[in-house]
Amino acid sequence: MNKIISIDDVMEHIHDGMTIMVGGFMGVGTPEIFINAILDKGIKDLTIIANDTGLPDRGIGRLVVEKRLKKVIASHIGLNPETGKQMNDKVLEVELVPQGTLAERIRCGGHGLGGVLTPTGIGTLVEENKEKIVVNGIAYLLELPLRAELALIRGSIVDKVGNVFYNASTRNFNPLMAMAADKVIVGAQRIVEVKEIDPNNVMTPGILVDYIVGGEKP
Amino acid sequence: MSINAKEIIARRIAKELKDGDVVNLGIGLPTMVANFLPKGVQVVLQSENGFVGLGNTPDKGLEDVDVVNAGAQFVTINDGAAYFDSAMSFGIIRGGHVDVTVLGALEVDENGSLANYMIPGKMIPGMGGAMDLVSGAKKVIIGMIHSAKGNPKILKECTLPLTAVCGVDLIVTEMAVIEVTENGLVLKELAPGININDILRETDAHLTIDDNLKTMDIL
Repeated sequence: MNKIISIDDVMEHIHDGMTIMVGGFMGVGTPEIFINAILDKGIKDLTIIANDTGLPDRGIGRLVVEKRLKKVIASHIGLNPETGKQMNDKVLEVELVPQGTLAERIRCGGHGLGGVLTPTGIGTLVEENKEKIVVNGIAYLLELPLRAELALIRGSIVDKVGNVFYNASTRNFNPLMAMAADKVIVGAQRIVEVKEIDPNNVMTPGILVDYIVGGEKP
Repeated sequence: MSINAKEIIARRIAKELKDGDVVNLGIGLPTMVANFLPKGVQVVLQSENGFVGLGNTPDKGLEDVDVVNAGAQFVTINDGAAYFDSAMSFGIIRGGHVDVTVLGALEVDENGSLANYMIPGKMIPGMGGAMDLVSGAKKVIIGMIHSAKGNPKILKECTLPLTAVCGVDLIVTEMAVIEVTENGLVLKELAPGININDILRETDAHLTIDDNLKTMDIL
């Protein structure tokens, strides 16, 4: 099965109103080609699950600035003032999740788990409307899984069956999201032949990847 | 004054770190701590976006776009560094594998509760990794300017939304070192030229003055 498709073909899989996970951390490890394409095609009303809303000119930040989002689930929005402004103006719904909890909720969503117990957020606004469970005398919050219709991730090197290697700090949320969506599309900085990535160095197995698109800039 | 004050704080916090500690430094003032480690003390810095072995700022022209810290600034890695994904990064944090975290604060209170991630209606950057760091790191040090232009930030009880309940172990400001104990806040050290009245004027919490009150070592 040929997984390599063009960016135009990718857009058949992205629609208004979708829930999409986007990899990256402050734009590093974020697949910018998909951001560009979403902007070009006028897609809107998206719910984005991501670590942060990037910077105004980088990553998911550009989708915020162009008002393409309905809701954001993220841990940090501080480097993109536009997110806070739209949140205060009530045009964008923002759910803030502690970063470790966000990672675990996505992991649960992709690993077939019903939730995770974490001490993070006990006694804070984060615990509102959540079940508290005491185990061995310690209180935990029950945090529920997150899944998406689509995950857009970024690979540094991707082979033709979709095995992914993430370089350095670009890894972050990408491998977690590749497990937690109905459809997974990777933006590749470099596409190589099968066997060119040592199986020991594969960070996301190709079985999780539906489509590969080249053209990610370094 | 303010650059100087931050340096005093960073210098004093650096003396809390022990050789071999795994340390997570928040963005801003806490990052400066790495510049003042005592001789013979080497620590392993964790960067919550996904690695241990955080090194110096790269020289101009040698930046690697894939190697950044949690504030999206270019950094380098040291020999022995390791990269990982966000779940492992926070497993390391929550699982008690980080010895010390240094964070900034908007408010800290007598119970060691901390507020540092939002001012409702004004500034809502989000908690990022701060809530996990406070709940998971073995020791939590707050490095902050003592007051907001005279308005106390060390309070009986925090007024802003909390980052964590009772998580803080030590507060270091440009004026004082204050320990959080089961019996409340204990004033341990005063900066050179600062007296107890200066502290009381800019603090709105009960402070027990340590019998062995010292002068802050900021060299």
